[in-house]
Amino acid sequence: MTTAPAPAPSTTGPALDVEGLCVDLSTASGTVRAVDGVSFSVRRGRTLALLGESGCGKSMTALSVVGLLDPAAQVTGGAVRVRGEDTLRLSPAERRKLAGPVLSIVFQDALTALNPVQPVGRQIGEPFRIHRGLSRRAAREKAIELMTRVGIPEPRQRAKSYPHQFSGGMRQRLLIAMAVALDPDVLIADEPTTALDVTVQAQIMRLLRDLQDERDMAVVLITHDLAVVAQRADDVVVMYAGTVVEKGTVREVFSAPRHPYTLGLLDSVPEDAERGQPLPAVPGSPPELSAVPSGCVFQARCPLVRERCVRERPSLRATGDGRSAACHFSEELDRD
Amino acid sequence: MSEGRIVTEETEEEVPAANGREDAPGPTPAPKSPPRWWLLLGRDRVAAAGAVVLTVVLLVALFGRLLIGDRAQRQDLDASLRAPSLSDGFYGLLGTDVLGRSVLARLIDAAGTTLSVAVPAVLCSLVIGSAIGLWAGYHGGRRESVAMRVADVILSFPSLLIAVVVLYVFSPSALNIVLILAVARIPVYLRTSRAEAAELRSRLFVDAARTFGTPSRQIIHRHILPIALPTLLTVATLDFCFVMLTESSLSFLGIGIQPPDVSWGLMVAQGRQYLQTAWWITVLPGLAIVLTTVSATVLAAWARIATDPAQRWRLTLPRKRRGASAAVPPEMIP
Amino acid sequence: MVTFLRKRILSSAVPLVFVVLGVFFLARMTGDPVDLYLPLSATAEQRAEFSAAQGFDLSVPAQLWNYLADAARLDFGTSLRTGQSATEMVLDAFPVTLQLAGVTMLLAITGAVLIGSLAAYRPNSLVDRIAGLLSMTAASIPDFWFAVMGVLVFGVSLAWLPTSGTLGGPEVWVLPVATLLIRPFGVLVQVVRGSMVSALSAPYVKVARAKGATPQRVIFGHALRNAVTPVLTVAGDLTVGLVNGAVIVETIFGWPGIGKLMIDSILQRDFAVLQAAVLMTAVTIFALNILVDVCHALTDPRVRQAVPA
Repeated sequence: MTTAPAPAPSTTGPALDVEGLCVDLSTASGTVRAVDGVSFSVRRGRTLALLGESGCGKSMTALSVVGLLDPAAQVTGGAVRVRGEDTLRLSPAERRKLAGPVLSIVFQDALTALNPVQPVGRQIGEPFRIHRGLSRRAAREKAIELMTRVGIPEPRQRAKSYPHQFSGGMRQRLLIAMAVALDPDVLIADEPTTALDVTVQAQIMRLLRDLQDERDMAVVLITHDLAVVAQRADDVVVMYAGTVVEKGTVREVFSAPRHPYTLGLLDSVPEDAERGQPLPAVPGSPPELSAVPSGCVFQARCPLVRERCVRERPSLRATGDGRSAACHFSEELDRD
Repeated sequence: MSEGRIVTEETEEEVPAANGREDAPGPTPAPKSPPRWWLLLGRDRVAAAGAVVLTVVLLVALFGRLLIGDRAQRQDLDASLRAPSLSDGFYGLLGTDVLGRSVLARLIDAAGTTLSVAVPAVLCSLVIGSAIGLWAGYHGGRRESVAMRVADVILSFPSLLIAVVVLYVFSPSALNIVLILAVARIPVYLRTSRAEAAELRSRLFVDAARTFGTPSRQIIHRHILPIALPTLLTVATLDFCFVMLTESSLSFLGIGIQPPDVSWGLMVAQGRQYLQTAWWITVLPGLAIVLTTVSATVLAAWARIATDPAQRWRLTLPRKRRGASAAVPPEMIP
Repeated sequence: MVTFLRKRILSSAVPLVFVVLGVFFLARMTGDPVDLYLPLSATAEQRAEFSAAQGFDLSVPAQLWNYLADAARLDFGTSLRTGQSATEMVLDAFPVTLQLAGVTMLLAITGAVLIGSLAAYRPNSLVDRIAGLLSMTAASIPDFWFAVMGVLVFGVSLAWLPTSGTLGGPEVWVLPVATLLIRPFGVLVQVVRGSMVSALSAPYVKVARAKGATPQRVIFGHALRNAVTPVLTVAGDLTVGLVNGAVIVETIFGWPGIGKLMIDSILQRDFAVLQAAVLMTAVTIFALNILVDVCHALTDPRVRQAVPA
């Protein structure tokens, strides 16, 4: 049964405000910093993409926001603010009250994210039972409504089916249904389409967009896919080796990147390559988390590297109109 | 499970500089080599203790008899039923039984007998069971199902029961006990090795070996066995406990090791009538069994984590956040 | 479900046949089966008489036929000790063991689920480490020694509990059940904990927590049902092991169950009874295995819909 409800949403200010988040990870070779001073904010109705290669810390950032980190990882600094409260300083019980109605997450692999021995109708109805104290029957009705909304055919019958009886795309829709059940302020989508084929991807992304518009949600999209960012996101935060290297709206950042890494990413899109020339790629690979350099994190692979980059880590500096980049020499990158 | 709360006063012994940064710039240095076995063992104090105890038992079983001579059989009716004391010399440390024989000496002698039954039985079933299982699992098809069926049939019987019936028919002797226990436990290794082989046979490196024309036996021997070996050894350690306990039970019931030979189980049985007056005759052999078995179990649990590269990190966590210890595999149930 | 059941029973029939035949051939492996039935002191005349009466002088195939015919009628001969029909003796002893085993398994499973789940939810807490060490010790204790210790401490020194026999109230049950349950309990706690830890680290548990589920809901609503499968398998194997334990416990505490019957018939060379007891136990074990499989099918819908091999 529910106790006191979560604080009311504010109409001003961002739906989610992450400030200086730091996460440490215990590994076989000691403790490493997986997320180092990450800050960003998202307003309702807008989609923010966390873009970066595998291992850059974007998933760990997302898990920290919703409080689902593995035991080996610990948040060691920063704040995560929703509805005026810093969730990192709340008790577990208070955090639980936010999970569902305020913060919500959709995972990548829909098959393992669904309980194999429970009918899906029950799983989708569960948020209503937890937070709104609905009876089993009422929750079932809500679940069927949601299933209809996300496009599951014959929802009333299918509510009794088990996850393994659905196709991959359908399962992803079920996950989305569960996540938006209580109209959260913020929906985090962790690589929601990586496991799906292209046509299904488009459908799922469209569904997310529709739901976002309907419910005025803030969406944080975690991905390494530039095309998805370009098509679906409003703002982008580019991450590298656990730090933010560039922030801004997608249009501006993609048309005129102010960080060499972003430039390198954009240049490596195969469609733009010239025939007969080698495919451009960012040379090298990201540093091991246990050996992140003390200067700029990108120095090993940056075409613009100078002595200052090795000495001093660039902080995220505003470069005008709400954009910022962590590079000493971002002016040199202005493309025409 | 962490809720992501902020931890500000975390000081671990093995944390390097604050966020793992190095002062030298440039390309990333090579990663550290994986920790060595004994370092891993040292991290887990309980498992290390278990290893020490087992080694002691092993040494006692191997060399004990040389040291004690015939003291295990030497009767001295004047010294009958003496309590453990420090004033009766080394062999009086644990008291004497009704015939005045030193309990300590008999414990050492029994260690030799018990292990001389348990170790060969385990080795036999390990070798034969794994060989059949690997072969069946690798080839699959009919061979696999027949092997599994036979294994299931044997395993569906309580081994004590099988042992009891067979020993009735063939009369008890150390050799018969070894044989029947070995046969009864073969299915355990068969199942495990079959599962490993079946999982590995579809891996790419096996296909690669096949394209070179490597014969099956070599593939199994060179590629599959090394990977399956750690699991099999862990199973063997747990099975050792089981075999020891079964032999003790059989001896206790009177159909295992027969006098004048001695085993821990037999000692417990022999001491039963003097329970009120001379508890040490019964209690001490039982303690020996418990200590050995617990040590082997603990060591097996550690080995399970240590030999699985995906789980090894748990042993390197700072002690207060050490991960889960392994569960017992189903077939290890007596 | 019915087809599932039918297939399972059929596939159990094969091993059962093996057991029946196995006992037959085993008894004849050492030479004259008469040696197994008669006391060692029997004279040659008594042997010949017995042999003719039992049909042991016939050819082996004929003996096999007689044996199978008798087995089908549940006639395993007469006990040399009591003169009763072996089948009767077994059927008298069986319920005693069944009661003992039933109570034990019930307590072991309930206790293990509670403690194992608690330990799994807070991995590595004090509760977990204590539970782990205790359960490992419990799983390693020789039951006969535990029983003797129990008798020593509670029966003799403290005189709280009776040391043997079945007369009296619930206190008669304490030591036997405690002895019988200690090892299965130890093993089950570890298995429950292990499988709960796996279930609790599964992605759908993360999803449940993301929905704001309380720890109780996570454990009982999600993790437990998924964790049950390996626990069921182990519990099934354990019940087989209970027969082992019953032999010890019944012998030490003098309970007239199947275990004691078997040991007595061994020590007194009463092969007819031993044979009947072994076969009866085999049938029970197979029935139990089928029961475990049915439970599997009930708790996991994926098993129900798959066609059993």
